[in-house]
Amino acid sequence: MSDRTGRLALANLWVAILAFGVASAMALMQALSRAALDLPWRSAKMYYLSVTAHGTLMALVFTTFFIMAFGYVVAERTLGRAVPHRALAWAGYWIALAGTLATVAAILSGKATVLYTFYPPLKAHPAFYIGATLLVVGSWIWGFVIIRSYLAWKREHAGQPAPLALHGMLATVIVWLIATVGVAAEMLFLLIPWSLGLTKTVDPELARMLFWYFGHPLVYFWLLPAYVVWYAVLPKVAGGKLFSDPLARLVFILFIVLSTPVGFHHQFMDPGIPASWKLFHAVLTFGILFPSFVTAFTVTASLEVAGRAKGATGLVDWLKKLPWGDPLVASVLLSMLLFAVGGVGGAINAAYGMNAVVHNTAWIQGHFHLTVGSATALTFMGTAYWLLPRLTGRELELGLLAKVQPYLWFIGMVLFSISNHITGLMGMPRRIYDASYGGSAVAHAWRGLTDVSAVGGLFLFTSAAFFMLVMLGTGLAGKKSAPQPIEWAEPLEPVSPRAGLLDRYGLWTVVAVVLVLIAYAVPLWQHLQMQRFGSPGFTPF
Amino acid sequence: MNVPLYEKIWMWAAGGIIAAFIAIVLVTGVGGALQPPSHVETIDPTQVFKDPRFAHPAVTVDANGATVVAFGMMYGFTPAEIRVPAGKRVTFRMTSTDVTHGFLIVGTNANTMLVPGYVSQFTTVFQRPGEYLIVCNEYCGLGHHLMSAKLIVEEAKP
Ligand code: HEM
Ligand SMILES: [Cu+2]
Ligand SMILES: [Cu+2]
Repeated sequence: MSDRTGRLALANLWVAILAFGVASAMALMQALSRAALDLPWRSAKMYYLSVTAHGTLMALVFTTFFIMAFGYVVAERTLGRAVPHRALAWAGYWIALAGTLATVAAILSGKATVLYTFYPPLKAHPAFYIGATLLVVGSWIWGFVIIRSYLAWKREHAGQPAPLALHGMLATVIVWLIATVGVAAEMLFLLIPWSLGLTKTVDPELARMLFWYFGHPLVYFWLLPAYVVWYAVLPKVAGGKLFSDPLARLVFILFIVLSTPVGFHHQFMDPGIPASWKLFHAVLTFGILFPSFVTAFTVTASLEVAGRAKGATGLVDWLKKLPWGDPLVASVLLSMLLFAVGGVGGAINAAYGMNAVVHNTAWIQGHFHLTVGSATALTFMGTAYWLLPRLTGRELELGLLAKVQPYLWFIGMVLFSISNHITGLMGMPRRIYDASYGGSAVAHAWRGLTDVSAVGGLFLFTSAAFFMLVMLGTGLAGKKSAPQPIEWAEPLEPVSPRAGLLDRYGLWTVVAVVLVLIAYAVPLWQHLQMQRFGSPGFTPF
Repeated sequence: MNVPLYEKIWMWAAGGIIAAFIAIVLVTGVGGALQPPSHVETIDPTQVFKDPRFAHPAVTVDANGATVVAFGMMYGFTPAEIRVPAGKRVTFRMTSTDVTHGFLIVGTNANTMLVPGYVSQFTTVFQRPGEYLIVCNEYCGLGHHLMSAKLIVEEAKP
């Protein structure tokens, strides 16, 4: 790694790791809260403040900084050249970091207990919205630098396809740039002027539509870099080859096209949106299952290649030959298992009618801890074990903890997630400090399972603590050694030397934008035509 | 693109499953059997108490069923106890006077957001008489977990 880009990647990586550490500590407290133990610091104010901090730090800060770090590594290491515009890239880093600190300060001072979805008319301190916007602006600069890296390389390699890892990263950037238009509009036109007192009221439903325009593709922003690891790193570390390069390319392109025009599936239960548009988004939502089905096959087949290369001959004994003791391999394999369950749950959430049974119940928190909380987060933790030594030139410290950590996460997540799925089906709402409802008999039936969820939380917290110890130990005290190379998986069959239809990013971006316009322009326009009434702000925290 | 045979089979199967999902959603959705609450009607959220549509939150029962007019407000629902007949069509018309709330009747699929400025409306039938817990399922402030109400489904009088 050229030292300069390495420093940039490391700076981003450390923010991600620290955000994760702080958010995990808050999670422990949350997980215990509904078990109704009499803990000294337990209060509603602390609970909702903590959920706001945990959601924001995990979903927005940890993920974004990690993806920026990984993006720089991919851009430089697949193309073999330092990323351009390094001064600008550093400026982006500082802008994103300053924004993050402003947002976190607003949350911790108790002036922004609006949760990470910040639905108005709950009204936070302006620093919360401005800070979050700066984080997005910083990430735009990152996206620009990644795209420029590719274009500079392409000029010298006309007609060649981008290496697969970069292909996935470019898809990530494109999805992110399209997605963030929604949240930027929400912040700049609605929430920032309103929180500053420049406007008196805000239309809560319009804000929700803009938020979920952003909120769904946000999940692919989290997922696609994990897929890059599954396709381009995992097979290599496991000792195999990528089963199919063209199919992997197809998968990323499908995500560019389908990620955004589906956001109403988060608003099935909202008034003010006609059923026909909800149904349209529901149908497209099912379409987006397809690339994940393909991924399941290709990645599993790549692992089989690895197992067979190590001498496996039977139907399933190749599974046993995989290096389950390697922290990256174990993290990724377990995250894939959890994601398979999360994917089935996702199809249920998306099912238009069935959504009514689970919407805003504990089922949802069970669901997204499998997806972003495991498919993404556990993959990122595994990636950090692989990446940090390669970036710092230090050996992984406390390797035993790193080996155990993914398994602890898996056990904790199974307990946490299954119990929350069940209490959700039994009608327990999400985002509640206490689940007793004045001694209601129905609520009493949730009790045993909320305890299981708390035990799961303890496992998860222990796992997160192990991860933090390994990271800090490695970063501060790891033995210096010649860094191992960063290498990418080779495909089973050689990649075509000519760029094809699946490498035409401009074209696919246009297709995506057209679809987004069809799915959103009309309902938004219809919405703006209605007689609407704004809401003043409320700060019930 | 050269796709290996097994992966081709897998992809067709995945496509088939997805097509089946979509077909089920379309058939139940378009037929109206399973529609999420998608009523479009606006209201001034600062004037809910004066608005003739919500000035008298209550249940009205007639020959065809019942209409429930209710609103959510930090941290409770008005009326706090709702009585409806079993086996009849019950239409809920609701809104919020302050922040966004949720309305979930535990143990049923009656679930909707209450967004200030909008009227939520849906119709359902309760077959099982008994007492149900209604909870707010969207964070609405520090008393969110206290926000609940009671639904009593009464045996229909013959
Ligand atoms: C250390 C392990 C973790 C534990 C014990 C944990 C536990 C919890 C708990 C108890 C809640 C509150 C749920 C509610 O009241 O509705 C929560 C919310 C949340 N968690 Fe985690 N979590 C962990 C890791 C993660 C990770 C890795 C992510 C994502 C990268 C994540 C993302 C979120 C988000 C986005 C929320 C939503 C907050 C909201 O509803 O506003 N969590 N978590
Ligand atoms: Cu979504
Ligand atoms: Cu509430």
